[in-house]
Amino acid sequence: MKSTLLKSAAGALALSLALPAGAAFADDSIYVPLFTYRTGPFAGSGTPIADGMHDYLTMLNERDGGVGGVKLVVDECETGYDTKKGLECYDTVKPKNPVIVNPWSTGITLSLIPKAAVDKIPILSMAYGLSASAKGDIFPWIFNPPATYWDGLSEILKYAGGGSIDALKGKTIGYLYFDAGFGKEPIPLFQALAKEVGFNLKLYPVAAADMQNQSSKWLDIRRDKPDVLVMYGWGAMNPTAIKEAVKAEFPMDKFVSIWWPNDTDAASAGDGTKGFKELNWHGTGTDYPALADIQKLVVDKGKSQTPKDEVGSVLYNRGVYNSVLIAEAIAEAQKITGKKVVTGEDVRRGLENLNLDEARFKALGLDGFAGPLKTTCFDHNSHSATFIQQWDGSKWVKVSDLIGPDTSRVQPLLDEAAMTYAQKNAGWPNRSEVCDNK
Amino acid sequence: MFYREAGQYKTTYAADMAIFPIRQDRYGVALILFIAFVAIPAFGGQFLLNTMMIPFLILSLAAIGLNLLTGYTGLLSLGTGAFMGVGAYACYKLETYFPQVNILIWIVMSGFVSALVGVAFGLPSLRIKGFYLAVATLAAQFFLEWCFARAPWLVNYNDSGAIEAPNATLFGMYVTGPNATPVTRYLVVLTIVAVMAWIASNIVHGRIGRMWMAVRDMDIAAQLIGIRLLRAKLLAFAVSSFIVGVAGALMVFLWLGAAEPETFAINLSFEILFIIIIGGLGSIVGAFFGATIMHLMPIALRALPPMIGLPIEAARVDQLTFMITGILIIVFLIAEPHGLARLWQTAKQKLRVWPFPY
Repeated sequence: MKSTLLKSAAGALALSLALPAGAAFADDSIYVPLFTYRTGPFAGSGTPIADGMHDYLTMLNERDGGVGGVKLVVDECETGYDTKKGLECYDTVKPKNPVIVNPWSTGITLSLIPKAAVDKIPILSMAYGLSASAKGDIFPWIFNPPATYWDGLSEILKYAGGGSIDALKGKTIGYLYFDAGFGKEPIPLFQALAKEVGFNLKLYPVAAADMQNQSSKWLDIRRDKPDVLVMYGWGAMNPTAIKEAVKAEFPMDKFVSIWWPNDTDAASAGDGTKGFKELNWHGTGTDYPALADIQKLVVDKGKSQTPKDEVGSVLYNRGVYNSVLIAEAIAEAQKITGKKVVTGEDVRRGLENLNLDEARFKALGLDGFAGPLKTTCFDHNSHSATFIQQWDGSKWVKVSDLIGPDTSRVQPLLDEAAMTYAQKNAGWPNRSEVCDNK
Repeated sequence: MFYREAGQYKTTYAADMAIFPIRQDRYGVALILFIAFVAIPAFGGQFLLNTMMIPFLILSLAAIGLNLLTGYTGLLSLGTGAFMGVGAYACYKLETYFPQVNILIWIVMSGFVSALVGVAFGLPSLRIKGFYLAVATLAAQFFLEWCFARAPWLVNYNDSGAIEAPNATLFGMYVTGPNATPVTRYLVVLTIVAVMAWIASNIVHGRIGRMWMAVRDMDIAAQLIGIRLLRAKLLAFAVSSFIVGVAGALMVFLWLGAAEPETFAINLSFEILFIIIIGGLGSIVGAFFGATIMHLMPIALRALPPMIGLPIEAARVDQLTFMITGILIIVFLIAEPHGLARLWQTAKQKLRVWPFPY
């Protein structure tokens, strides 16, 4: 007993001494840091995402030996969704030459946006962060595919209006949102639309401190009886709102959320949640060869912290999608530069040339996982179409076709926001980065 | 023995009243300043400067500010985070209105805005004391936080609701924004913190400091010997908020680079309060000790497992750090309830008489 313990301890020590020394600084590997949060008030949302990101990249290492034959060094840094800790993580990983950074927090993204161009590390803030950073001509180093929060709002409203926002004239629309940058960003668009189309907009802000104490907001919602309730929530706000909605007997099919509530959030309120809707852009469940590979090569072998039943949940698959983008950007960078071991500058070029069509998803073992995504030097977002999925009590069911954003209404806002950002930050550099689009 | 002041005669009143009356202390401070101004920028890496020293100095400065109020004047405040926010937002507004004026001037000026707000919220302190005052300052915290989140004018109507540090220069070198090198930012922060600490130390050793301490120890007695409570207390609020506001402006402009209202939440107030409790109430040097425990120690703890090669997941390291930090805080407080500054005092006393026990 004692000798086995000693042996395993010695083995662990030898392994651990060998790992960081050999892996992090080797010339034949690519360093991919993952900013994650498995602790703090947002851990409920953060953990499945972290697992998904980690597992897909680990699976590529196990199955294909990395990307293009180069091993990926996957390194997690815990941010706790705290901007200060996120910056600490950034300074920790910077000397190891990361090829990409995924902040997974709007606050951290905002702090890193000006640094990206100076440090030559591209930032992938997948469907969060600054909407305006979709403009590649002004933000060459920032990428936020596949859709912005403004796109998402126009898609929800289009769906609510049965295909056209104009059909919402005269209706009352509630907006329950996380009272921080993320939830507030859509408000200008919302208000402009309310004026233009003529619907009645009611705002219900939920402060970070009151995430789990929303009863007063729900009293207002019961009084106002909105025809549609749109939710932009995060972390503990989502399950709380869903539970409150059940308690307030709010008609669930009129409750539509942006893409962040997870399976466990919906399941937490029991049967009453049936009918709850949210926007999504990728498949759920494990019915894809790539996810089967993850289960076989990573989860079952104990190479991750993922509980078995978490694989296939909305946010887990979201993490997988994030890692697909990372891996594709690296692969594309290898193709463009002809190098095997790419740098942050190369991966930036890769991110500008992503082209994930149906055939490519099929080749990745993710047939029908998500709609097409194509980025260019000017469009760092692709403004992809999304769909509505509905909770049937035990799983998500896709209930709409793909809905594209209302580009004519969203694009001017985006252009203006990007211009203002550049103007307000005097001395914002003009784009001088190469463009590889043909 | 090691720390003996025998033979150091003071011939003037000024020498007797000096902040560092003992020669060894003066050498020690000179050495620390030399290390801070020359050795660290010369040999320190980016991680040391960016992640360790700059935040450490800024938190220490905020703690000095709070210490003037809570430690010296005995007025408990839970609004430090919000007053830091006032400094930061004031600096942002001033900078965007008058970008041609040097940023350092605005950082100092923003302290005055914070001082004004501090005085306004300090008015109730004349009537209420102790925990009740803490609740009143808590109201300030929530009200100001609400303003940061609710008044779009404060963020120049940014869609993101956040304030961003611009690219500002000093003598042709970038001091804020992404182009500023860590060394420049560190030296700017260090200079401001050193000057502020020196001013604060002078204030508390002089007439004003004694006035504050008299109010702290017993305000009725202080009133009887002729101290005007209103002025003394409001002055404490003003000076404290000024320093705290400058720390807030430094935090956004030279450390974070951008800030959401969430940055100045109640957690920040508590962090600063814990720094002064652990470091020692009523001590300038205690602020630095406290910031070491609250900021530098967790970083060291986080860096430890990967350094010795323990394969622990990032989240686990974080949870462990959280627990160990908590335990160490309790251990320090049991060992010396009056904070690390008192521990340092005791150690000095022991060294002085060593090898004799008394």
